[in-house]
Amino acid sequence: MARYFTEEHEWIDVEGDSATVGITDYAQEQLGDIVFVELPDIGAQVAKGKDAAVVESVKAASDVYSPITGEVTEANDALEDDPELVNSSPEEDGWFFKLTIADKSELEGLMDEAAYKSFCDSL
Amino acid sequence: MSSDDSEIAEIQTLPLDSWHRAKGGKMVPFAGYEMPIQYAKESGGGIVAEHDWTRSSASLFDVSHMGQLLVTGENAAEALEALVPGAITSLKPGRVRYTLLLNDDGGVLDDLMITNVTEWIEPEEDDDGNVVAEGHWGEPTYYLVVNGATKWDDIAHLREHLPDEVTLTHMDDQALIALQGPNAATALNRVMRGIPENLTFMQSMEHEFGEWKLRITRAGYTGEDGFEISVPAEHAEPLANRLCAEIEVRPAGLGARDSLRLEAGLPLYGHDLNDETDPVSAGLQFALSKKRRETGGYMGHQACAVKLKDGCASTRVGLVLEGRLPAREGALIYDGDTEVGRVTSGGFSPTLAHPVAMAYVGADYSGDGTKLQIEVRGKRLDATVAPMPFVPHRYHRGD
Repeated sequence: MARYFTEEHEWIDVEGDSATVGITDYAQEQLGDIVFVELPDIGAQVAKGKDAAVVESVKAASDVYSPITGEVTEANDALEDDPELVNSSPEEDGWFFKLTIADKSELEGLMDEAAYKSFCDSL
Repeated sequence: MSSDDSEIAEIQTLPLDSWHRAKGGKMVPFAGYEMPIQYAKESGGGIVAEHDWTRSSASLFDVSHMGQLLVTGENAAEALEALVPGAITSLKPGRVRYTLLLNDDGGVLDDLMITNVTEWIEPEEDDDGNVVAEGHWGEPTYYLVVNGATKWDDIAHLREHLPDEVTLTHMDDQALIALQGPNAATALNRVMRGIPENLTFMQSMEHEFGEWKLRITRAGYTGEDGFEISVPAEHAEPLANRLCAEIEVRPAGLGARDSLRLEAGLPLYGHDLNDETDPVSAGLQFALSKKRRETGGYMGHQACAVKLKDGCASTRVGLVLEGRLPAREGALIYDGDTEVGRVTSGGFSPTLAHPVAMAYVGADYSGDGTKLQIEVRGKRLDATVAPMPFVPHRYHRGD
């Protein structure tokens, strides 16, 4: 399994043709207390770089983009009752949705963990 | 993930700027200043933590971006009454009044606090103890605290309309620190013994703290008991340190200030009030002094009188939302297919653990208990008109 990162602070775990998407620890730290997560419907088509979910923190709503194109196969129901999971466990239990990958070549250009870390350090 | 924090040119810094940064304050541009929206998690910060701490103990807010003005002169009260609907001539020394600057159409230019800070001049005695000059009130002086984002427009408006013999002074070398929460009085009393017991809600006094001249007012913007302390800018940091050294007190930022005032049902200028809303539609009838409703004599009186008599097309209400998804400013409100209003501020209430909002809705839809729907990203959220404050005020009104 490989984990990639976007400049918009999403992470994506790739396992064969499927992937899991969430937001990074840096992102949740910036957003502050999260009170609601709006997830895509199962079967929804999401496109690389386009809106896929919305996180509402106490202060504002922010879009979450899909790191790659694909079809949503699962959404993290736990976030419905417990949106704070995104604050407490952003890169594990606080995942957003799973999808089937339409085009693996879209993964090229995403950052690995070391590249993402130096990207955050530069902000 | 994205957010649109837009930057404004020529952002200024506040006297406590480095103090905020040292405490891990996350600085954002607001009202032309770099201000802390929240403090570092490691030191108990975060909007919800700061909000909860204010409701349960006491928080220190830097509100030095607000405009502090003095209006001085023999007819200062009469001159102010020509511009605001509140009774100022009958406002006793040491008393504070919430009022509004209105334009000719009754539109709200700003909401503000006016305090009568006229000084008592002690009697003069000669060496034999004979009174040579009676004690008396000095030159009438009023202290105004106006919103940060509107202070330059307010100053221009006041300069244009106050008569020449009344002097307007912008106290731009003063910082303003708010200490808010149920333990604010306990903490302040330990730093300045005996001060809290001299004041009830909406009273104000001058206090010489060592060599620092402070103005302490029992008021605030959180719905809790608390104080606002005007302090010369160069002493703001040691004062903030003295207050935060008390175990009850932690710093809190703009984020918590906004969620606290929303729960307290207090309107925010530029969102819930603007120059196209009038005091009656805004539900601020209490700021239209009873006597002056008839006698008038202030800018915008005519328009307010018409609204009081004929009613308003729409009015400011509170809304309690079902579920957890907040409705933000600008969200449209429906009764079935009919658009009936718009949210002017909204968010998640940490105290109540559900979303609340302020909105303007048509008069027919403004009754408590009215069921409405708010549209957020194509979804309809169920909401009910509810009385404000959402969280009861706990002001110290005395026994």
